[in-house]
Amino acid sequence: MADAEDRTYRPDALIAQDIDAYLERHRDKGLLRFITCGSVDDGKSTLIGRLLYDSRAVFEDQLGQLESDSARVGTQGQDLDFALLVDGLSAEREQGITIDVAYRFFATESRKFIVADTPGHEQYTRNMVTGASTADAAVLLVDARKGVLVQTRRHAFLAKLLGIRHVILAVNKMDLVDYDRATFEAIRDDFAAFAEDFGFEGLTAIPISGFRGDNVVERSTVTDWYDGPSLFEALEAVPLAGEGSQARPFRMAVQWVNRPNQDFRGFAGLISDGTVRPGDTVRVLPSGAQTTIKAIHTFDGPLGQAVAGQSVTLTLAEEVDCSRGDVISAADDPPQVADQFEASVVWMDQTAMKPGRGYWLKIGTRTVTATLAAPKYEIDVNNPAGSGSRLAAKTLELNGIGVLELRTDRPIAFEPYADSKALGGFILIDKERDATVACGMLNFALRRAQNVHWQPTDIAREHHAALKNQTPRVLWFTGLSGSGKSTIANAVEKKLALMNRHTFLLDGDNVRHGLNKDLGFTEADRIENIRRIGEVAKLMADAGLIVLTAFISPFRAERKMVRDMLPEGEFVEIFVDTPLEVAEERDVKGLYRKAREGKLKNFTGIDSPYEPPEQPEIRVNTVDMSVDEAADHIIAQILPLK
Amino acid sequence: MSALTHLQRLEAEAIHIMREVVAETRAPVMLYSAGKDSAVMLHLARKAFHPSAPPFPLLHVDTTWKFGEMYAVRDKSAADAGMELLVWQNAEAKERGINPFDHGALHTDMWKTQGLKQALDHYGFDAAFGGARRDEEKSRAKERVLSFRTATHAWDPKNQRPELWNLYNTRKAPGESIRAFPLSNWTELDIWQYIMAEGIEIASLYFASPRPVVERDGMLLMVEDERFPLADGEQPEMRSVRFRTLGCYPLTGAVESEAATVRDVVQEMLLTTSSERQGRAIDKDEGGAGMEKKKAEGYF
Repeated sequence: MADAEDRTYRPDALIAQDIDAYLERHRDKGLLRFITCGSVDDGKSTLIGRLLYDSRAVFEDQLGQLESDSARVGTQGQDLDFALLVDGLSAEREQGITIDVAYRFFATESRKFIVADTPGHEQYTRNMVTGASTADAAVLLVDARKGVLVQTRRHAFLAKLLGIRHVILAVNKMDLVDYDRATFEAIRDDFAAFAEDFGFEGLTAIPISGFRGDNVVERSTVTDWYDGPSLFEALEAVPLAGEGSQARPFRMAVQWVNRPNQDFRGFAGLISDGTVRPGDTVRVLPSGAQTTIKAIHTFDGPLGQAVAGQSVTLTLAEEVDCSRGDVISAADDPPQVADQFEASVVWMDQTAMKPGRGYWLKIGTRTVTATLAAPKYEIDVNNPAGSGSRLAAKTLELNGIGVLELRTDRPIAFEPYADSKALGGFILIDKERDATVACGMLNFALRRAQNVHWQPTDIAREHHAALKNQTPRVLWFTGLSGSGKSTIANAVEKKLALMNRHTFLLDGDNVRHGLNKDLGFTEADRIENIRRIGEVAKLMADAGLIVLTAFISPFRAERKMVRDMLPEGEFVEIFVDTPLEVAEERDVKGLYRKAREGKLKNFTGIDSPYEPPEQPEIRVNTVDMSVDEAADHIIAQILPLK
Repeated sequence: MSALTHLQRLEAEAIHIMREVVAETRAPVMLYSAGKDSAVMLHLARKAFHPSAPPFPLLHVDTTWKFGEMYAVRDKSAADAGMELLVWQNAEAKERGINPFDHGALHTDMWKTQGLKQALDHYGFDAAFGGARRDEEKSRAKERVLSFRTATHAWDPKNQRPELWNLYNTRKAPGESIRAFPLSNWTELDIWQYIMAEGIEIASLYFASPRPVVERDGMLLMVEDERFPLADGEQPEMRSVRFRTLGCYPLTGAVESEAATVRDVVQEMLLTTSSERQGRAIDKDEGGAGMEKKKAEGYF
């Protein structure tokens, strides 16, 4: 048993005797990042406090503080309450401060460690996933009195999901079960049976007492029946992250193009996989351009070789197109390029996922727009390995984990997450709020995207337009129900027809009778409604037409999505600006009355929001303008259209 | 093949963070204080963008009360790196003669917190690199690498973004800005080992030398210049001291030491028994929550 009474900091004797030898020995330590999983009840804070204390990361002034805090608020009687070294989180939680992960640092004789400590029961999935994303190993805590619980299964599943291959099962509070061998072995076997499906490369179970220090640093004499490693020894034996990824084919996502002058064009990035040497043949993705590495530049001079984990600047032998977001890779074994994927997604935001909506997707150094399909299924994190683990779901809420299909607006270089965290892990960002709303892992590319090739046609869109002697436009009318969109669009179309312009009017109600009759009025269906109309409008604009659309189209994100589908300048957003009171007063179709009576759900302006355009190309005020004046006002601004 | 050492990994990570921020923000700046963490951060920036000079200026939010040597180190470091140096002094604090001897916490607030906000607004920077580390203090342990501030520089702790892998979300609304901490995962020992391994120049104040000091409230304060008001009977005495951190000289306690080289300092540090920020008065204001509160108000 470690001596809990020995409270003095004990520096290594070598520091005083021969500092140079000591520094030499500690200069080239490896770095292991790991996560601790478990609740306060499992003694997690106590264990982390113990790790810091036993590795001498705690100084005298902090120890003094700990002694006084222990006496004041400690829960361990006369003994030091190690949990107080790392707590403070509870007070912060009361203040409402978001704490997803706290990071702690300590070192042993052979390694430095960064511990990701994730607090709390609430938000646990989100927090643990964040901490696990950078971890090489996970320490799973189990209370020896309680054994493997639902939460233990959840922790193991999340560790596996995030690609952690090495798990240490720390069976804690052994002092409270009299260091009973059978208790430990039953828990060990129970967990091993459960975790078999997860295929962890390394699984070590250790009987410990974080409070007493048994088997934390040194093997304890009170568990003489146990012949495995102490926790420190186990942590020192986990293979380091770089060792595996260096053996993979070379990959580096370009962060920044370095151009100090006309003669130097360097590509700066962090090598995520493999090794690179001058003269290596490489490919730039997604373009596929091939060239060779000219040199590896660093501040300390050129390198003959660089490996995964290093930040470098590469120059290429030929002038090829390469910029931020591209991936430079080994030419003979490049990553795949695709735009449709199956992915596992963890939702991390209070606002639920919206299928069909465009989100920013950041992967490597590339940011693209991605739309998500409704989940194929949600995973029951509390029962992840059983046959009932797949739940039906239409969306994902906060802390929900689902498997779904997504597509990006352009092809990206990627690798399955299981092969490369750097090219398979992504985050999703809400375009309106800029919030990080989810993270995900690409599982594989969907074949259909690769097999359906874009059919090049001989008569290009320019020809269609030239034949009609006009410039295609999509005149997108948006506004509340009853604002006058259809009436004004109709008047505009009549005037354009008289001017011999080839037009087509897509009207909300009409489209819902045909193309979109399978869609309702939920937020997800409204998004899909607008997406389809956008695609139709785009085809018509490709055919050279001036398209007029009259849809409420309440969300900015979807109007932006259609704008982004079309060539610059072709999308003209026309805001039919009629105040709600006026539209409701008119109530041409009697819909507002029904909505107010509760007979119509999700009605824009009543119980579903309308997001007005921030910078529409054209705004018409129907309170002050007649229909005819509004139509003339619009036409004056879109001419000449040639 | 072998894994990289901890210093190599920390270096690569810091460089990656700097490049991401530069690639994705409009007008970044690096806060520079002439301390050892600033020196390491500047050195990493030079590595990140070599052979170009770092594509942003250095900003020193000056209080006029730094140690004299810090100003010389500052000017030389900027020149060596080929970077523009911006120095900002809060005009109002200057006019009102705000100083650490008479004004206590107001001194830090006006010169540093308000001064920083003024400078960022004046130049229109949307991202600022700072040298803070998570190991400095308990409340920093959960600090993110990128911390977002509103247009008025307020920190909204309820609305912080999760950071996964090394994917940083740098998107922000107009007027919002980012504080970026590339040294988040470094410890004090890492900083010293790196200074030693890379031969980074730092102020000689970090090394022991006979200096004129007086003892007040258990702190050894250096009598840097004639502005230091001596109490009745107070007499500066020469003692061999060094500083573990550098700030405003009237607020920074010295430690008695014989360590005159980086190697000696590291040895002494490893043998020492108190934590780094202990010598700084700033953390002791307003009880234990001092740093937390300052951060919410806009202090780095």
